[in-house]
Amino acid sequence: MGRITLDKVAKRFGEVEVIPPLDLTIEDGEFVVFVGPSGCGKSTLLRLIAGLEDVSGGEIRIDGQNATEMPPAKRGLAMVFQSYALYPHMTVRKNIAFPLKMAGMPEEEQKRRIDNAAKILNLTDYIDRRPGQLSGGQRQRVAIGRAIVREPAAFLFDEPLSNLDAALRVGMRLEITELHSRLKTTMIYVTHDQVEAMTMADKIVVLRAGHIEQVGSPLELYRTPRNVFVAGFIGSPKMNLIEGGEAGKHGCKTIGIRPEHISVSPTEGMWKGRVGVSEHLGSDTFFYVHETGLREDMTVRVSGEVEMKSGDTVYLTPDMDKLHRFDDAGLRLS
Amino acid sequence: MSTQHSRSAARLMISPSVILLLAWMIIPLSLTLYFSFLRYNLLMPGANPFVGFENYTYFLTDPAFFTALTNTLLLVGGVLVITIIGGVLLALLLDQPMWGQGIVRILVIAPFFVMPTVSALVWKNMFMNPVNGLFAYMAKAVGLQPFDFLAVAPLASIIVIVSWQWLPFATLILLTAMQSLDSERLEAAEMDGAGPFARFFYMVVPHLSRAITVVILIQTIFLLSIFAEILVTTNGGPGNASTNLTYLVYAQSLLQFDVGGGSAGGVVAIILANIVAIFLMRMIGKNLDA
Repeated sequence: MGRITLDKVAKRFGEVEVIPPLDLTIEDGEFVVFVGPSGCGKSTLLRLIAGLEDVSGGEIRIDGQNATEMPPAKRGLAMVFQSYALYPHMTVRKNIAFPLKMAGMPEEEQKRRIDNAAKILNLTDYIDRRPGQLSGGQRQRVAIGRAIVREPAAFLFDEPLSNLDAALRVGMRLEITELHSRLKTTMIYVTHDQVEAMTMADKIVVLRAGHIEQVGSPLELYRTPRNVFVAGFIGSPKMNLIEGGEAGKHGCKTIGIRPEHISVSPTEGMWKGRVGVSEHLGSDTFFYVHETGLREDMTVRVSGEVEMKSGDTVYLTPDMDKLHRFDDAGLRLS
Repeated sequence: MSTQHSRSAARLMISPSVILLLAWMIIPLSLTLYFSFLRYNLLMPGANPFVGFENYTYFLTDPAFFTALTNTLLLVGGVLVITIIGGVLLALLLDQPMWGQGIVRILVIAPFFVMPTVSALVWKNMFMNPVNGLFAYMAKAVGLQPFDFLAVAPLASIIVIVSWQWLPFATLILLTAMQSLDSERLEAAEMDGAGPFARFFYMVVPHLSRAITVVILIQTIFLLSIFAEILVTTNGGPGNASTNLTYLVYAQSLLQFDVGGGSAGGVVAIILANIVAIFLMRMIGKNLDA
């Protein structure tokens, strides 16, 4: 069980309003990702839900129960921290046992749960070591283990993968997603990495300066970003946002076209330009195209290997069906 | 410092200070050793014959020796207990955000800058004096008989005075250690259901263990040789109730003018200090490795 409702929750630090009143519902069993640039209040929002910060207004309900004034331990939530926050003077087993010990659980039940968690997370081989002797990925698993033994109503993850190297991050991302499909517990995951958000989430919450910009499934956000900010934030490489005359032709302030929705030809097309840098990834090729006659440089993504050098002339043609149009306020025009 | 040439140059450069330091230590030590085997009393000038271990026998069989030894250990142990427990509590208090934090911290450190003789005299005359002292005044104010601290409980009073001097040192080191505790770890413990006391005993105390080790080691070195506080307050008395080893050596060599006996006492003190040091290193040295 883990349905979390935020009702006009706000947070102020002194005079500064970090989070203006916002409403959000997280359904039981959902994997929700809070994503946004640094300082957008996503971690603060998570800490409000966890109870590590006091709310300045509004109400937090967990499974219909008002949890606004509850201490963190009573909310039945488990948190995985960015620094893992393992207890360095305790072995892995004692680390995982700590929340159970604090809850005064009988030894046998503790042992059963710890062994179960260790099996799920492949911790068995180093259960008697200390955190200092573990690698980053192993520490991460211990931190998750410490969260799952409590069998919480919901898991809270605060940028848990940002201290891992790229290869490990992809692996842990998969493991967390698999864990979610196995446990079917509500998970709230904070990240600034939109790739993590897109790959893991059932529902993404895009935040900027404490405001919710859009809530939706990854593909909803990809296909129909509600405003310029979401359009620019979701998708990699970034969407090309074009202002000025070209946008005027479509009767709006800004038009957006994703790099993968532009076709490239050496001979004919809508916009003529010159290739600046090209990045060959093997599976894809990214071109940064200058001198297109538009105010902005364009990024283009082409599948597979394309032979084209810096300085070559290219013609770009956007896929008109996939053009996004935004009005003066930056809102989407359908 | 990698080539042969630069290494020998470096050795040449540091040799004056190394030799000076070595001489500074070796000469007094060897002279003390030498005197300890002589019958050498300033009241009996003339020949100073070699007497073997007589001075040692005399010093070790002196009933005052065991009193002094017990007093030394009580003094060191008592001050360590008070400063560490008090230091942890004060550090906890000072770690809380509060108004005027900077000034309060400076004030807390202040006793450490007061000379031992001065602070001991202040305690003796302004606080513990049974007639004019503040404590006597307070006792009289509530209708109690003033308590003559330095006469009735001399060792305990000296422990209090010395603790007062060393508390700031312990507090300072423990406070910096406490500030290096990762706040996420405390929050994790809070989420895990640990209340304030559980957080203190399971998170803060283990984190402080290394700093506590440092405090114990450094303080023990200095506390074994406490002297000024005893000299200006009780003069080791009444009787020898507050005489520690250092004071006994002083009494032997400078009150009884027995240089040989005093030197033997000094050598015994050195040996005892080393025994204590070995035990300390064994007991808590491993804390520093981890």
